[in-house]
Amino acid sequence: MNEYRPVPGTEVPLHRIAHGRTGDKGNRLNVSVIAYRPEYFPILCEQVTEERVRALFAHRRPTAVRRYVLPNLWALNFVIDDVLEGGVNDSLNLDGHGKTHSFLVLSLPVRVPEEFRTIKEEETAR
Amino acid sequence: MKAGTVFVGCGAGFSGDRLDAALPVVESLVRRGGPAAIMFETLGERTLALAQLARLSDPDRGYEPLLERLLAPVLKPCLQNRIAILGNFGAANPRAAARAIVALGRKLGCPSMRVAVITGDDLIEAGLTGDLQDEAGKPLSVAAPLSANAYLGAAPLAEAMAAGADVIVTGRVADPTLALAPFMHHHGWSPDDCNLMASGTLAGHLLECGAQVSGGYYADPGFKDVPDPHNIGFPIVAMQPDGSFTIGKADNTGGLVNRHTVTEQILYEIHDPARYLTPDVVLDVTGVSLAERAANEVEVSGATGAPRPERLKVTVGFDGGWLGEGEISYAGPNAVGRARLALDVVRKRLGPGLNVRGDIIGLGSVFNDDGGAWLERQSGLPGDVRVRIAVMSPDKAEADRAGEEILALYTCGPAGGGGVRSSTRRRIATTSAFIRREKVRTAVEMVS
Repeated sequence: MNEYRPVPGTEVPLHRIAHGRTGDKGNRLNVSVIAYRPEYFPILCEQVTEERVRALFAHRRPTAVRRYVLPNLWALNFVIDDVLEGGVNDSLNLDGHGKTHSFLVLSLPVRVPEEFRTIKEEETAR
Repeated sequence: MKAGTVFVGCGAGFSGDRLDAALPVVESLVRRGGPAAIMFETLGERTLALAQLARLSDPDRGYEPLLERLLAPVLKPCLQNRIAILGNFGAANPRAAARAIVALGRKLGCPSMRVAVITGDDLIEAGLTGDLQDEAGKPLSVAAPLSANAYLGAAPLAEAMAAGADVIVTGRVADPTLALAPFMHHHGWSPDDCNLMASGTLAGHLLECGAQVSGGYYADPGFKDVPDPHNIGFPIVAMQPDGSFTIGKADNTGGLVNRHTVTEQILYEIHDPARYLTPDVVLDVTGVSLAERAANEVEVSGATGAPRPERLKVTVGFDGGWLGEGEISYAGPNAVGRARLALDVVRKRLGPGLNVRGDIIGLGSVFNDDGGAWLERQSGLPGDVRVRIAVMSPDKAEADRAGEEILALYTCGPAGGGGVRSSTRRRIATTSAFIRREKVRTAVEMVS
């Protein structure tokens, strides 16, 4: 059971309010970030920015980071160029696809308003 | 418009998928009634080059190695119930795959069947590698490719269905075509109707990775729980003549389909969501809406399309040299200190001339970078870690040195190392290219 209760005014990992999935093509990564509830979506739009995602991947030296906003789907889609160190066919990484990296993005701290302070299991997963 | 609802299920989403997934899909399709098909998507980017190598060593190989095991449980019920089978399991040798399917049918006592082979994707066989272009449209010369295959569209597959094929074997096609073709055939859709092509392509995109839309690759305990993840039902789309559709999954299985599983898969491997390029349409998912209609049933609407691109995408495969890997574990007090020392030792032994990467699994590995900057920053003190060294080289003997130097840590390295594993594997490198679509000649061959 998830007993986590964010304290108002403190940051929580993005993982508490959103989920996502990584895809790869060549040396380009895409990461979707999807709000569990529509009321979380504005937090994503405001705080999960291209700049912050670029900073998360700084050690991989991205050449471009683009964010696409999909309000119908409560989702953002990030396209991050040249961070797979060659991609699945040419990388020394255990995870050449970069598949694990959705959870790097989900580790980003975000600030949630007070009324969301009791985010818990039944509100996120159905 | 010929049919009411057309059902297409997915039996495999990659080469190596669960072999027992397809039968519950077929049983569910039989229960639904109406026109139906099942698709098998088993062809990754590198798979084709590996298959080409297999074909070179044996003209009867070069197709999906698990083909017979994938089809054995479902071939007979599909033929008996007029459920078409479409698969890119032909890989580098669709004709040999078709022969194998006919032989399997005989062995299983199946009714006679018509098997169609789609050809034209293999640009080496067609002598078209001189027509390749880069993204900007400039001629691209490729030296010694192992494979060069264009992503074909749905038209020849729909043609094969119209010719009465029970089983359609392809090499490289765009994955969603394996679903789009049955929708086109049964609903009488025109390839020029961009919004219908978009809707069918989106449905195929959702189906093509199998369980990834129905609770696979999704579970995050306490946040995203998935019922019976050991028995996830593979997906089934119910497509209406006007392009509206719902996605669900096989009956009496685990897994789940809801707006969150569907959203993850809509955006999977999508870049600009307003311009997803396929051979059949430029798909725009920005207007897509989702509605949960029932348990494990999501209605998907609002996909739109623009006319298909003038060029087809091509994946070219090359010899990618060798990847050598070695691993050793350290645990208990100062495990990380001993692991870091082990990495230093192996790096010094391997010398500066090799392309070497070091990870400490448990502290920093998959998020790490080749230079080790990420790993350097990690300050946790896990008590059970695993050192990993990877080396890439065109020379197998050089790649082998990763495993050799890790092995030597048993007696020469830091205290308490154990559990050495090593391997050296051949690699296939790939690059993307383009070709003008009118250059590529596709054909439908009925082989039985």
